Amino acid sequence: MHKTSEQLIMLVVINVALLAVGAAISGGTFLSLFNFQSMASQVPEIGLLAIGVMLAMCAGNGGIDLSGIALANLSGVLSAVIVSSFLSATDSETGFSLAFMAMTVGIGFAGGVINGLLISKLNITPILCTLGTQMAFMGLAVVVSGGKAVTVGSPDLLSRIGNDMFLGVPIGFLIFAVVAALIAAVLKFTPYGLWLMLMGTNPKAAVYAGFPRTGILVATYAISGTLSGLAGMIIAARNVNVKYDYGSSYLLIAILVVVMAGVKPEGGYGRVICVVLSAIALQLMSSLLNFGGLSNFVRDFAWGLLLLTFLAVGRYDVAGFLMPFKGQNKSSGPGPQAPKPTN
Amino acid sequence: MSPTQLEELQQAAPVRPPFSLAELVRKRPETITFTLLVGICIAVAIANPAFLQPSTLIDIGRASVVMGLFALGVFIILAAGGIDVSFTAIAAFTMYSMTVLVQSYFPGMPIAVILLVATVGGALLGVINGLLVHHLKVPSLIVTIGTQYLFRGFLLSFIGTVWIMSLPPQMGAFGRLPLLQFESANGATVTLPFYFLVLPIAAVITWWILNRTLMGRAIFAVGGNANIASRLGYDLRKVHVFLFGYAGALAGLAGIIHVCANRQANPFDLVGTEINVIAAVVLGGAKITGGTGTVLGTMLGVLLIVVINSVLVLVGIPSTWQRLVVGVFILLAAAFFVTRQRKK
Repeated sequence: MHKTSEQLIMLVVINVALLAVGAAISGGTFLSLFNFQSMASQVPEIGLLAIGVMLAMCAGNGGIDLSGIALANLSGVLSAVIVSSFLSATDSETGFSLAFMAMTVGIGFAGGVINGLLISKLNITPILCTLGTQMAFMGLAVVVSGGKAVTVGSPDLLSRIGNDMFLGVPIGFLIFAVVAALIAAVLKFTPYGLWLMLMGTNPKAAVYAGFPRTGILVATYAISGTLSGLAGMIIAARNVNVKYDYGSSYLLIAILVVVMAGVKPEGGYGRVICVVLSAIALQLMSSLLNFGGLSNFVRDFAWGLLLLTFLAVGRYDVAGFLMPFKGQNKSSGPGPQAPKPTN
Repeated sequence: MSPTQLEELQQAAPVRPPFSLAELVRKRPETITFTLLVGICIAVAIANPAFLQPSTLIDIGRASVVMGLFALGVFIILAAGGIDVSFTAIAAFTMYSMTVLVQSYFPGMPIAVILLVATVGGALLGVINGLLVHHLKVPSLIVTIGTQYLFRGFLLSFIGTVWIMSLPPQMGAFGRLPLLQFESANGATVTLPFYFLVLPIAAVITWWILNRTLMGRAIFAVGGNANIASRLGYDLRKVHVFLFGYAGALAGLAGIIHVCANRQANPFDLVGTEINVIAAVVLGGAKITGGTGTVLGTMLGVLLIVVINSVLVLVGIPSTWQRLVVGVFILLAAAFFVTRQRKK
């Protein structure tokens, strides 16, 4: 409990500090409504992928989902190819949009289920499995698109999701917020959430306790895949084209967001609200670097450095807070000291 | 395990069980890789006899040098239960900074010194990886994703992004130096370059480290169970630093060979090929959770990936399918090896 609020407070402080720095550097334009809107419309893609990575990590046993951005691109590319083969984006705008949206989410879900089944049924290590599916998903996207960008166009409904505001908030961001809240609720109030965190804490104990391991794993990767599909939809809505290699650095950024949010890489602990805040903080930082006029390469360098810094911070925090804890766990068996699964 | 049990085992060992295929596959998973490789080669040779030309085979040999060096590094880390995705960034970093260094400051540096400095430079970057992995106590995948961006970002933002088309003469000469040269049927000269030798030498050294030194014991012990290895007295810190340093050294060497072979230094090269290399190692029978694998298997895995990459076009499959095919191969191999292990 102690650590939970700590991480949350730290993220809030980071966000506020970044806003203050931005305001000081830009002389106020950083805090303009326009800038907020443009930043908010960039958060959902990475935020959705990061929540997916978080869920996979929480499942423990080396769980991680490396296939996120590849699956997002695949869902965009494949849907664009399939849907535009029987519907025209210009003739039936709403029909196209609805079919496209349903398709992207469906493909994301299917891809996630494949991941989940491979990991739970065949016992393939998550790293290896999602490396393989990452390559397969990307390869499939290359095959169906011939390696070129596929035009989705901007049919009314879809482009509104990508570019319009609702009460001044970008619709994409609203979707992200709702989805994040939904997943937070699922983790907090359903048995699935409890099982996921407990299984991540101790997979062996979870098996002996009779948790439905296969079900949990498939559900976890299916949710992660669905989120990738949603991200694919938002990518397509924001850009007129979809391409197999869009967002090549998203994999690192998603992991960076998750690590910054204090999710434990070894499993069993993670909070959606922290992931959301950490995604926002990263977006603020990225915009700040943009204001400073630095190149993309400097940004890559900064992300790498930031990831390692946060790993170090997390490591030495854990050492400080949990040392007495660990000793206790070793000496006395009972008393589940595992972190409480607060979403 | 009690002493009596141990004795029983030792006594039982000489009585060899009757030969069985399943047993062979379980003990030496690379036989599957080998069978697959031979199968693919035969199939391709039937579909397109051009495959068996010496020039194709030498092309395959040439293409496998850089990947093979990478794969040896990845394999040794995998054997210890870790994973590394930063080696391509290390290679790009050393190859490009080395080329810039030679070109603008030490134009007369002999090639042997260049290779040595690149290897040491790669090893230093690798040691950074090793220290981080050891002290941060997080999965090495996450650490090396971070260092990959760190190294590559540093290279591109502070060292340069210019594509160097004309290499220092001694590097170009090294890339062209022939080991074996002959004329093929259609009159073109086919050359097996001298740098090809580096791969077998590195493979033998890696094999020697893993099978004949205490460090090799330590690596497999850590890969089997890090906690137990540390209680047995293996120094985890030393093992981690050695592992990543060795992989970094191989990556630095691979980078400079890549430059010499292509006769140009492109700082955007190499990064992005790491999945292919990991796939090669896994296809060679090394478990991603560590503790197993052989150098021979790794080399077979590399050949398999290189062959798949270069024969798709020969048999008439468009090159856009390459990623999909390799991805499916990884999943199939992983699934196969896992089910095999469960049966024992």
